[in-house]
Amino acid sequence: MPEAVLSTRGLTKYFGAVVASENISLELKLGEIHAIIGPNGAGKSTLISQICGNIRPDLGSVFLKGADITKTSVRFRSRAGLARSFQISALAMEDTVLQNVVLGALGASGQPWRFFNSVMSDAHLKGTALSALESVGLTSVAHKRAFELSHGQRRQLEIAIALTLKPKAFMMDEPMAGLGAEGSSRMTRFLNGLREKAPILLVEHDMDAVFALADRISVLVYGKIIASGSVSEIRKDQRVREAYLGDYC
Amino acid sequence: MSIVLIAEQILNGLQFGVMLFLMAAGLTLIFGVMGLINLAHGSLYMIGAFAAAAVASFTGSFILALIGALTAAAIAGAMVELLVIRRLYSKDHLDQVLATFALILIFSEGTRWVFGSFPLFLDIPRYLSGSVELPGSIQYPRYRLVLIAAGLLIAAGLGLLITKTRLGIQIRAGENDREMIAALGVDISRLYTLVFALGSALAGLAGALVGAIQSVQVGMGEPVLILAFVVIVIGGIGSIKGALIGALLVGMTDTLGDIFLVELLKLFTDPSTATSIGSSIASMAIYLLMGAVLVWRPSGLFGASP
Amino acid sequence: MINEKYFNSVIVLLLLLVPAWATASDEPFTITLITRAVVFSLAAVGLNIALGLGGLVSLGHAVFFGLGGYAMGILAFHAQTYSALFEWPFLIEGTKSMPLIWLVALIFCSIAASLIGFLSLRTSGVYFIMITLAFGQMFYFFSISWPKYGGEDGLSIYVRNGFPGLNTLIPLHYYGLCLVMLFLALWFSARLKKSPFGLALNAARQSPERVETVGLNGKRLKLIAFVISGAITGLAGALFADLNRFVSPTMFSWQTSGEIMIFVIIGGVGRLFGPVTGALVFVSLEHFLGGINDYWHVYLGLFLLGIVLLGKGGLVGILCGKEKINA
Repeated sequence: MPEAVLSTRGLTKYFGAVVASENISLELKLGEIHAIIGPNGAGKSTLISQICGNIRPDLGSVFLKGADITKTSVRFRSRAGLARSFQISALAMEDTVLQNVVLGALGASGQPWRFFNSVMSDAHLKGTALSALESVGLTSVAHKRAFELSHGQRRQLEIAIALTLKPKAFMMDEPMAGLGAEGSSRMTRFLNGLREKAPILLVEHDMDAVFALADRISVLVYGKIIASGSVSEIRKDQRVREAYLGDYC
Repeated sequence: MSIVLIAEQILNGLQFGVMLFLMAAGLTLIFGVMGLINLAHGSLYMIGAFAAAAVASFTGSFILALIGALTAAAIAGAMVELLVIRRLYSKDHLDQVLATFALILIFSEGTRWVFGSFPLFLDIPRYLSGSVELPGSIQYPRYRLVLIAAGLLIAAGLGLLITKTRLGIQIRAGENDREMIAALGVDISRLYTLVFALGSALAGLAGALVGAIQSVQVGMGEPVLILAFVVIVIGGIGSIKGALIGALLVGMTDTLGDIFLVELLKLFTDPSTATSIGSSIASMAIYLLMGAVLVWRPSGLFGASP
Repeated sequence: MINEKYFNSVIVLLLLLVPAWATASDEPFTITLITRAVVFSLAAVGLNIALGLGGLVSLGHAVFFGLGGYAMGILAFHAQTYSALFEWPFLIEGTKSMPLIWLVALIFCSIAASLIGFLSLRTSGVYFIMITLAFGQMFYFFSISWPKYGGEDGLSIYVRNGFPGLNTLIPLHYYGLCLVMLFLALWFSARLKKSPFGLALNAARQSPERVETVGLNGKRLKLIAFVISGAITGLAGALFADLNRFVSPTMFSWQTSGEIMIFVIIGGVGRLFGPVTGALVFVSLEHFLGGINDYWHVYLGLFLLGIVLLGKGGLVGILCGKEKINA
């Protein structure tokens, strides 16, 4: 059994008296897509934020490749290979697609303190950026500005940026949101191929996509994982049906 | 340094603080509800003072002068809101700063145009002049005591307005969630104009009240404006309670800082050096206070953390 | 729409031809006037790095303008009175040499900008605007109440400081010196904008989460931008003081901060020649409108309101449209 790339152990977070995460332990293994599903307000985004370092848990730990990263910053985790795509795209909207990806390559190089040479004529950075763009299929729009892209393309751009940082694991917060049927199925195919590069922790509402992609599903309700297992196990699980899936299955 | 002197300085600080509160309350309301930085708030203070001076010289009545100040500032505020300010709500802070800076230029030069460059004087009415003997044989000007009382009364009234009335509920809703008040069926643009006029009236009243102990002149609003900004930043932008506490802190620091620093330095160095260094530092005291508060709590004492 | 490159060339030509014309027709006052505009441009080019690239709305850049001014004032004051700045722990004397004065101005402004930036960047949004404003006021009141260097009255210098190989007393020479500094600053900020640092800073302004998730320190990027910005504005302050042979607390006042910001915004925030355009227009308005009507600030105010409400990104934005992608 392969070792987990990413794991959490007993993550617990309170907001005042409300428990947003209760003793969450999960694993993400090489080559897999692990989906987190649950009703609105179940604490999915809070969980992702704790894994990525935006929110510090009250209890518990996060491990990346066996190393405890619970107390490290967002920046450190990014450099260590934790790639995130946001629910609402976080991109430099005025900049071109290529510039956005070059920024990723620049972050990976760790050398932004150069004030004179032109960044867009840096062969290494540009090369890294172009190959990342190619692997997400955005080469043709490289010189458009980020705000001109469709929702789906923005998600792909975020992933291209993440690729420049040689990610070890992807955290994706609702990549299907706002995509429409055709966009969703295209994104599903794309994510299916992406798992070769790094495993994906996927928070998603679109059940078709989840059932098509996930190797494993964990169900989060009121901050607590009530069930975890393969697609068919989750489909059958009585508690999940009652708590969440309802008549979906 | 005698007890009497300290007591007097404390009262001065209190008086300065409550007047700052009148300015700061409007600013913080306007920021809290509409998200607008209004540099032109000092101009409304000036308009209030000029209106009071003009009405007083026509009618000779101080009360009418105050009413004139309130009305003139409220009308000016409402007009500015309708003509200019409402186009700024959707813009970023930079545009708001520049546009309201432009309004200062227009108001200041416009007032100079109408009233000339010479300062006007607004007299304290006879029944409020002279001094009162307080316990401990402290002689203190009656007018300043009235200012303190009036300021505290207005603070209490504003507190009631915010917590108990329908308008107050709408204001608080507006601070928390703009979509929600629209959903509640509140006419937002009317609410905004109303809040702006209310803030302006408070500034105008402060201008008139202070105008009676200082001279009424163009440019009088800006120093007070900056202090009012310091107040709301210390108190936490959007919080009326923060504005009151911030105003009192700033008022006290400004008046007490000077004498205490000089006395403190006299322990270490000769009196003339102590006086010169002491007042140099005291002149920066409130800004040091503000810096310290922000380093400690980046969104002010009572501000919502971002 | 005018091509931005042509527009910029016209501005450069204007900066070269107006003084040539003024010299030919013996109008030294025009040279002083355009020197003033060039020095203001330099201050605004400085602010534009923080404001345009970093998105830092600093209403306290007068601190650096004033510090630069006082660096000149204090050093020249000690040189002309043959007194030492201090004798302990080592002797420091005044100087009348511009390069030295500039160096001192740059060093002190960088230190001040590091401290102010470090504290101010703990906050953001309105709080940032207000805390920078407060720092400006701190310096303003300190300069007023510190009697040694003139207090409220400021400091006058009898003779303009010297620069090797130039006679700075000749207006055209001094103008040339200021213009070279402006061109250097423009060249530097153009390079900066296209550099790795510029790309990262630009992204930090648009999306703070984005730079953090690629492993860059957005706050540090902004702090460095603030320091570079403050140093350039400080240099302009030293030049401004030498132009007038006078420094006073007014250089620290919040109106000065506001004016520097106005130059940037009239011209166009983030545009290379925006600050220069803004300063030229401002100085012309001040001169021509001020000559016609005592109350010219009313017109200036209306003009500013128009620029903001139009929302096209200043004069450069109105004339040249949106910025081209620099790739």
